[in-house]
Order: sequence, then structure tokens, then C-alpha cells
Amino acid sequence: MLRRVLYIDLDKGESFVEERRDLFEEWLGGTGVATQLLLEECPAGTDPLSPEAPIIFSIGPLNALFPAMTKTVATFKSPLTGELGESYAGGRLAMAMRFAGHESIVIRGAADRPCYISIRDDDVQIKDARSIWGIPATVVGYILRDVETGVGRRSIIRIGPGGERLVKYAGVVVDTYRHFGRLGLGAAFGSKNLKAIVVSGTEDVEVPDSKRYREIYKRLYDTVVQTDVMEKYHDIGTPININVLNQLKGLPTRNFQESSFEGAEKISGEVLADDYLFRRVSCAHCPIGCIHIGMLKTSFSRDHEYEIRKISYDFELIYALGSNLGVSSPEGVLELIEACERQGIDAISTGVVLAWATEALERGLITPEDALSVNLQWNDVDEYLKAIDNIVKKQNEFYSALAEGVEAASERYGGREFAMALGKNEVPGYHTGPASIVGLTVGVRHSHLDNAGYSIDQRAAKKPLSPEEMVDAIIREDDSRGVYNSLVGCLFARAVYTTENVIEALGSVGIEKTEGELEELGRRIFDEKYRFKRREGFDLEAAPVPRRFYETVSAVGMIEPETIEEMMKIYRRRRGW
Amino acid sequence: MKNSQDLVEPSAPGIGTGEAEGEAERAKRKRRRLKVAHPERCIGCLSCMFACSRINTGRASLARSAIKVKTQGGLEGDFAVVVCHACKDPPCVAACPTGALEQREDGRVVFHRDLCEGCGACAEACLIRAISLDAEGKAVKCKHCGACIAFCPHGVLEMEEVED
Repeated sequence: MLRRVLYIDLDKGESFVEERRDLFEEWLGGTGVATQLLLEECPAGTDPLSPEAPIIFSIGPLNALFPAMTKTVATFKSPLTGELGESYAGGRLAMAMRFAGHESIVIRGAADRPCYISIRDDDVQIKDARSIWGIPATVVGYILRDVETGVGRRSIIRIGPGGERLVKYAGVVVDTYRHFGRLGLGAAFGSKNLKAIVVSGTEDVEVPDSKRYREIYKRLYDTVVQTDVMEKYHDIGTPININVLNQLKGLPTRNFQESSFEGAEKISGEVLADDYLFRRVSCAHCPIGCIHIGMLKTSFSRDHEYEIRKISYDFELIYALGSNLGVSSPEGVLELIEACERQGIDAISTGVVLAWATEALERGLITPEDALSVNLQWNDVDEYLKAIDNIVKKQNEFYSALAEGVEAASERYGGREFAMALGKNEVPGYHTGPASIVGLTVGVRHSHLDNAGYSIDQRAAKKPLSPEEMVDAIIREDDSRGVYNSLVGCLFARAVYTTENVIEALGSVGIEKTEGELEELGRRIFDEKYRFKRREGFDLEAAPVPRRFYETVSAVGMIEPETIEEMMKIYRRRRGW
Repeated sequence: MKNSQDLVEPSAPGIGTGEAEGEAERAKRKRRRLKVAHPERCIGCLSCMFACSRINTGRASLARSAIKVKTQGGLEGDFAVVVCHACKDPPCVAACPTGALEQREDGRVVFHRDLCEGCGACAEACLIRAISLDAEGKAVKCKHCGACIAFCPHGVLEMEEVED
């Protein structure tokens, strides 16, 4: 097994590889290792946008070896929250890192002018990127494809203008359709003058017992493709949840003022799949093909001349830039998604920020002058497109505030009670109930993917769960995901990779673990993340919940503040805090 | 997955298992080759490439795969699936200076890895670029075993008989 960490120092313009067998043996890989590297590399109290703040990528022992083991984890100090930044992306990066022979990559320092990093096996070069600075994330992909080698086995990750201009929720685009979206990794890139990283390699992976490996592979592959376990990701894809949540009254609408949307059907996964979907693609080594790409065909003359744009869509994007902005046309949603792609900014955060700004203008907290006469109003796609442009350019004080995130903007202009962030991170699209709120508040990843509170709520909507049961489910999920995210698997396949299957898959590549050891590891990884969070000032006791959550009916009815307080108490007790 | 038309049913004995057939059995029927029947259905998951290297070399590798899924203009573009055409008069055999590639009487081309010196003449001779060199510099040539077919989730690949 590979056990190598590639260190790249942008200050000195040099790199070296270190064997960190100890680290991988203790922490497995992925988020386990990346959290340790972050604790090692990031000095306490560092400004997230300073050269001292590192960027870390890590893969795990099953990446490139098993189906749907497709993710790479990035850890960093989040420019948005000022504490733990953790983000995951698919595409081809995990495979490329594996074949380049680097299980982790640590980036230190900052370049004195725009650069990109080219990694081909052991050959690491820091190259001039002045000519591609300012170019949209989408276009940078085309450019680097032509100048770099490794076609078909490489990964190209890059930022757009949003990252360059340090929008606090800028992301990193991975192989065009995947992203390190959340928590501002793109701004961290921008602060280092780092436009892109290209990774490719030619190594391959030997396994100790290839017969056993083949057998387990076959079984897991069959489970992935021939059972219903992953069906929802394959067919309509994640946007199937638009109609599902809408019916449950859990679909945030117009900045969480409502939890069902009269336009939901029009922007539903079913409509997109029937009328706009033209292709599905896969991350490397995943047979599912969940990446749904819609074709947006726009006429630009009367002579049947069309612009064709190919835009990948998912549930969260349709919530954030659709229902939450009252946008009821699929074309409008796709256009807004594409604007975020080009600028390289997180679609969820962007949607939540725009929703807050719309309401703030409506309520007179900001003036039309603040908004530079952009008429922010529900369902007005053209105005929202202008606003996105203004945010990235930080056109004035107001748009600069929006570029800081919704909580920061509401601190400056008011409207905290409807600034929909938890732990300073703009929330994903689930007004499902208390487990979602508590899960996002306590979770280590600060996205809907840390402990799936929304899914616990959905269970509770069918058969009521006690606060204790919900808290226990959150804790179980958070801890077990610490292990899964160390592998680093796609969470869509988490039902395939049961503990038993994980143990077998690890065994086939020479890593023997027991169920007890994995459980213990999950808990320890969680604790280590909290060690970083607390060190950087996170205080669970002081974490605010916007009042709006209590004012709008959720999938399990009205949520009482007392329920959240009680669950938080139980949570702290269960964690032994 | 429910839509079973997307799933591959192994269509003939031996297909998808990667196990070698006996010489006698093989001689009884026509030469078969791997065919890219529906390239436009490819989702670029590379499962076929990993199947090829896993089953034929015991490793996880793209470089050791004889089937090649290429991107044309990144993930926005179309995928191209490249496999050996099993030519009647194979230029790779003609180009090989050491006899590592040998055409049998039934038309099949076999590869003797130990004889390969890694000159790359075969790869150069193949216009469709179905032959590549692995990390050790040896040719990677499809033997039409069909092992990859069972690992294509979208029915892109099929076996077909070669008409003489």
C-alpha cells in the first residue's frame, strides 16, 4: 500500500515526499489522516487566508480499487467559519492521486504570483498561471487539458474568479462537474495565488491476494449495480428529493419562509430528467453515473441559432438556486447553476446569501442603493445573475459583505433571525425537523452529509422518534462516517459498504481491522476534529439557531426551540462533554 | 437497478469470467472479438478498464488495461471506447520484430510477453491506437476474453463472431 505524503511549499517553490506509514496505520487514510495533517500543519489561530494556513488532500486505502470509492477529502481552515474546513469531491482526483503515488498532498505557503501545480508521478512543478488568472473555472479546464499530459487518467482541479477574489464560500471545481464546494477551499486557493492543480500518474496498485480481491470486488460491484441500494442516484438522481421534500413540507422555499413550493413540480428531478437531461457521467471507477447533465439550449437569434450549455445539476443546487429563491423555471435554475460554476462559488451558499439579501431588501434592511439597483426579488433570474457578478467583483460594501457569507452580512445589516446558517455555514435544503438542525450544528463536516439529520427526521415523520433516539442516531452516523470518509467512499454507496463489507474489502488489500477497531477509530476521528474546532474557537454552547427555523412548519410539524435545547443537552451528555 | 435493459447478461459461456477456454473448444467455433456496440452509452466510469487489469493482471491499473476509454474534451465531451479490432491481416503482427505478437491459424493474435522488447512498433502500427505499453514497457494487447463485458453497467460492450 502507498503511504506517501507529498509536501509542496509555494513559498520556496519546492516539494518533497515523506513516508508517513505511522499516520496511515493509525488513522487509515482520508479524513482520519487529513485531520491529523491539518492539526500538524495549521498553527492555532492562523488567518485562514494567510500563507501559514495549509491545504491538505487525502485519499484512502480503497480508492481506485473498489467501485464507488471515488472521493478525495480536503481539509483546511475554513475562510467562511474560521474553524474546521472539510470538503469532499469526486471526479477523477482520487484515482489520479492513487496512480501518481501520493495518498496525501500538503500545500504550504503562498506563491508570489499566480501559479498552478502540475503533478505527474514524482515530477512536481509549480508553473506560471498569470495568463489564466481571471478566467472562469470552466474555461481553465479546456486550457490546461491542452497544455498538460495524462489525458484520460488525470484530474484537473481549479478555481474561478470567486476563489481568486476570496469570496469566502468559493469552491474548487474538479474535472468540470464535481466540486470541493463547501466552506471556502476556493478562497484558500486564491489566497495562495494557486489557480489549479493537475494530477496524473502511471503507477498501478498491487494487491496481496488478487483472487480474494477479485471475489470481493465482484460482490461489491454486483451490489452496486444490480440492487436497489443505489437506484435513486442512478435514475432521476438526487433531484428526486425536490418532489419528495415538497410533499413532506420540508423543501425550503423563499428563504425558509415556507417549506413547500408551488413551483416545485416544474423544477423537479422528474421534469429535468425528462426534458433537459442529455447525459449521465461517472466519477472514475463508479458504475452508477449519478452526474446528471442537463442541456440548456438558448436561442440567440431568430434564425434558429442556439447556445448550448451543458450543466450538471443536483438536489442541493435546485433547492438553493430554485425553491429557496422562488425560481420556478428549470432554465432559470440551470442558468444560475452555470453562473456559480463559471465563478467557482458554492451554489448552496450563494443561494442562501441571495435569499437573505432578497428578504433584507424587501424588509428595508438594505436600500436599493446598497443593491446597486439590482432588483432582488423572488424568481427574478436576470437580477440574481447580476447580483452573483456583483458579489464576485465585490462591487461595493454591501456585495463585499455578501461575499463574506450570510451570517457576516446579517451581522452588518441585521436580519440574523433569517440568515440561514448554522455554524456560520449556509444550510443545505432540508427543513425536515430537529435532527437536521441539531445534526448540522454539532456535525464535524457542516454539511448535510456529516450525519444525515434530515434522514433521521424523515424517519421520524413516519414513526415518531424520541429526542434521545434522534441524538443517538446522529452520533452513530457521525462516528461511522469518520471511518467511511477515511476510505474515502462516495456517501451514495454507504449502504453498499456495510461494516462487514468494509472489513472484507480492507482485508483483501492487506489491512486487517475488526468491527470494534473501526468503531473506536470513528470515535477518535470525531474527537480529533473537535480538537481542531475548539482550538479555533468553536463553541457548541454558543452556536446560534436562526429563529426562522422555528417559524416555518417542517416535515414533522412546527419545531420548538425547547426540543433543540433538549437534544443539545442530551447530545453533550452522550458525548461526555 | 430496476431498468434491466441497462444490465449486461453474459451472453455466452465463458464470457465475463475471464477464464481461458480450452484449445479444442475454441477451434470448434468461429473467432470472436470484443465489439464496442454502443459507444454513446458510455458514462466514463472506467469499470471495464479496471476489470481488464484486475482480471488479467491482478492489479488495479489503467496502464495495464487493453480496453481504453478516452475522453475527448474532458468530461463535457464524448467518450471514445477503443478496443482491438481483431484485424484479419493485423499490422501489429507485421510490425513486431521479435515475434512477441503471433497470428495463429484461426486468425487469433497471441502475445508472448517474454518476447516483447518494448519497441512500440505494434502500437505505432495500429491506427486505432488499441495497443499501448505498460509501466514495464511491454505491449498491452486485447485477447478478446470478454472479461470487461460483465463490468460495463450500460451494455456498451458485446462479443461478436468475426466473419471471414
